[in-house]
Amino acid sequence: MAKSNKPIVWSLFAGGGMLSAFVTPVLIFITGLAVPLGLMSLDSLSYDRMLVLAQNPIAKIVLFAVIFLPLWHAAHRLLTTLHDLGLPKGRIAMTLCYGAAALGSIAAAVVLLRI
Amino acid sequence: MTEQTLQVEILRYRPETDQDPAFQTYTVPYRDDWVILDALNHIKDNIDRTLSYRWSCHMAVCGSCGMMINGEPKLSCHAFLRDYYPNKVRIEPLANFPIERDLVAVTDDFMEKLESVKPYVIPKQERAVDDGPHLQTPAQLNAFKQYTMCINCLLCYAACPQYGLTPNFVGPAALALAHRYNLDTRDAGREQRQEIAASNEGVWDCTFVGECSQVCPKSVDPAAAIQQTKIASTIDWYKALLNPWGKR
Repeated sequence: MAKSNKPIVWSLFAGGGMLSAFVTPVLIFITGLAVPLGLMSLDSLSYDRMLVLAQNPIAKIVLFAVIFLPLWHAAHRLLTTLHDLGLPKGRIAMTLCYGAAALGSIAAAVVLLRI
Repeated sequence: MTEQTLQVEILRYRPETDQDPAFQTYTVPYRDDWVILDALNHIKDNIDRTLSYRWSCHMAVCGSCGMMINGEPKLSCHAFLRDYYPNKVRIEPLANFPIERDLVAVTDDFMEKLESVKPYVIPKQERAVDDGPHLQTPAQLNAFKQYTMCINCLLCYAACPQYGLTPNFVGPAALALAHRYNLDTRDAGREQRQEIAASNEGVWDCTFVGECSQVCPKSVDPAAAIQQTKIASTIDWYKALLNPWGKR
């Protein structure tokens, strides 16, 4: 049997899962709870501050990682869950899931590079 | 005092007479120290000698008496009547396998897959008896010991939704045993096993539902073995990509 090429999507899935588990809860806490509830200064998420952050090359890489990896994680998880629910593994489902992740990744990269 | 009883509904299939499998209900005496297997033996000895099922040790060691009990894969020697009484109990052959006869499943598919992953030590060099024992530290033994507990009872295959959907999937027990030998310091056969384990039908058909580890009566964790194999296979893949002239 030929060795599979699934490691490509699976490594993105695994990396995205790790990031989602560790980073996303903190991001949700900061953006969804801490700032709106006044636990952190309202100013910390202001447009000017965020713009400076997104202009920093290292911050660009970090922002790209926390956007694109969880996208691939979600795409792969959704595809396998659809399969668990009985949807046959087809090109259409695969194209829709991975295609959405690829488009989202490209969009994130383009937006970040233009800032 | 009237004797307490329990109703047992068993899926019967005798290929020479039955068109399709059908349920048949038996009434057995209820004892709080009886397991389902005792009830089956009572039926076989006293009510209906035509009932077929596999069993041997009656102590969760041989792995032959796996069946679906109220829809859950269990060893029938490990499931007490008291956990079901007074409700009726439904017993069916292991899910995801064809039925040979009554509660006997056809397990040839698993046997072929098990053989395909070479579940035995493949040494780097043949050792002579004079070379003495191959010593291992407790830590080296611990690395794979839990996977040696597998009794091939196939509860994990009956529980795995992916095996049900994708019959070519090598499946939990075989992949866990491949992992067991890959982790063994006496073994050098990983590359041969990867032919199967790292293929699409190997670990990559697993979607990490995790039911295999839930139902295992010996507390083996096949889901973990498969995820660890996925990580190792992914590292192999990138290594091969970065070093195309290296050994494939």
